[in-house]
Amino acid sequence: MEVFSQFIQLFFSGLTIGSIYALIAIGFVVTYNVTGVLNFAQGEFAMLGALTAISLSGAGLPLWAAISLAIAIVVLIGALFEKTAIYPARHSSGATLIIITIGVSFVFRGLAIFIWGTQPKSLRPFTANDPITIFQAVLLPQNLWAIAISLVGVFSMGYFFNKTYIGKAVSACVVNKFAARLMGIHPEKMSLIAISISAGLGALAGIVIAPISGASYNMGMMLGMKAFVAAVIGGLTNAPAAVVGAFLLGILESFAEGFWSAGLKDAISFALLLMMLFVKPNGLFAKATGKRV
Amino acid sequence: MHERRLGTWLFALGILLFPLIVHSNYLLSILIMIGFYSLVCNGLTMLMGYAGQISLGHAAFYGIGAYTTAYLSATHGWSPWLSIIAGAVISAFIAFIVGIPTFKLKGHYLALATLGFGVIVYTCFKEFTSITGGMNGFFGIPSIKLFAWEFSNDARFYYLIWTVVLLSLLFSQNIIHSRVGRALRSIEGSEAASDAVGIDIMRYKLQVFVYSAICASIAGSLYAHYVTFINPQAFDAMLSIYFLIMVITGGASSIWGAVIGSSVFVLLSELLKEVVPLVFSNAGGEFEIVFFGVLLVVMLIYMPNGLTAAWKKITGKWRTSTTLSPAAKGGGGR
Repeated sequence: MEVFSQFIQLFFSGLTIGSIYALIAIGFVVTYNVTGVLNFAQGEFAMLGALTAISLSGAGLPLWAAISLAIAIVVLIGALFEKTAIYPARHSSGATLIIITIGVSFVFRGLAIFIWGTQPKSLRPFTANDPITIFQAVLLPQNLWAIAISLVGVFSMGYFFNKTYIGKAVSACVVNKFAARLMGIHPEKMSLIAISISAGLGALAGIVIAPISGASYNMGMMLGMKAFVAAVIGGLTNAPAAVVGAFLLGILESFAEGFWSAGLKDAISFALLLMMLFVKPNGLFAKATGKRV
Repeated sequence: MHERRLGTWLFALGILLFPLIVHSNYLLSILIMIGFYSLVCNGLTMLMGYAGQISLGHAAFYGIGAYTTAYLSATHGWSPWLSIIAGAVISAFIAFIVGIPTFKLKGHYLALATLGFGVIVYTCFKEFTSITGGMNGFFGIPSIKLFAWEFSNDARFYYLIWTVVLLSLLFSQNIIHSRVGRALRSIEGSEAASDAVGIDIMRYKLQVFVYSAICASIAGSLYAHYVTFINPQAFDAMLSIYFLIMVITGGASSIWGAVIGSSVFVLLSELLKEVVPLVFSNAGGEFEIVFFGVLLVVMLIYMPNGLTAAWKKITGKWRTSTTLSPAAKGGGGR
């Protein structure tokens, strides 16, 4: 029974962290699909979202307003990022664009130091955070919030890309940029939309994790890199597969931490990344899904 | 005597005379740091500029060099010279093993794989505490001796590091102007075309990767013997990205880019550490990264060939034979 309750406990904390990775990973995949840019600044949106929400809530705004406003601000930052760094370099090679996004992530992190300092801050939980006991495992409501919000995020993205007009236009650019242009869709505009949405998703992820593990200027890098691993497990171009990859990675990390070593879990995640890249660079589900969108 | 050799000799003369003219330990220590980074960037420039491959994990080799020499010389009492060589051999071996699957990847995947490799090695430094001392760091690394001559003060160490840098620059120059260098440049130009004319792409990529790992490892070893104390945070993913900034700032299509990029990076970070706290009193931690971020973005958008190329353009010495496409183009693009 002891082991079983620990198992449940680790499983839930894995789902929690996995749901955070999932939100960021969707942003990666959407950005990558539409613009061809592997955005290393993606994790920084989570940091910006979390710290902005903390400041706004600290300034006396009700939590829901602080969160909405923080996401809106980060969406604007994302749009600004696309206009100033990605758009001027859109004809550069993939590697150049990667390095540009690394540069931007430095800028975000450095500005965060100037604005918020280097001390970690925390956001109050969304609801009263009394522990809930399920099968002798203790869960915090904030963990459930994280999982639920992430699932809502995932499904609303699915709805957006498959059912709405703008979402379909963005998807059209993914499938064939040239044909989309012939149909009167501006790929440049879609690139702006894609990066703004990704920024918003990243901000949401940061805000959800902030009450659990705090927020500081340097939280974005590791979150971003883990979301990469998740996206690569899913094959980098397949959003639903990236979400599955994110939950798998979260659970793997949680169990590695619980049963082996907290320090080595990063090494395990990145060893998984290398294995995926070397053995199945098209993702774990490449054969199962057939077509990669 | 070739024109390119003349430049090298003049540079060597400047290096030789500098400590005789300037008597400041602060300036010498800055030049020593530039020396370590120049050595790393020399190898990285060959990899990125000439072979066109990106690496986001070179801090790993810098760290492997540092920890190997620290462990062998401090814990096991080896001569530092031997332990530095041992570090270089281990780094070369790891680069070879890791390089075989890694260089089958291109573009984004290559960048991710090297980044992942860097994080794994960093985590190992942090976690294998019985060897590395973990986050507490590794103390008491002995200084290097040549017979009775101990490289214990800044002036002596300055000559040691810059001798090594000059040797490696000469070596790189010789490679570039040899058959190997032409092969590397053709790989950077087009992998498919090089393959078609019978160049063993994989072998050359691996060779230059191993060479760049050896450069980084020796630089890291010398760094360890210079500061006598190391901890894992000196070798994290940020350092790999700093190396990238240096290579791109200097320009990856000239071997001098390594020295210029390292100098710009070290001088700029020293300057920022002095000036910024005067303006923003609350600035703490690694605030200078915001400036490096801007530098990186601006360089890549407006000056993708780096400062050396910009300088050549200004002085009108831009010859078609040296025209190379942007270094960072590496890895084949999208």
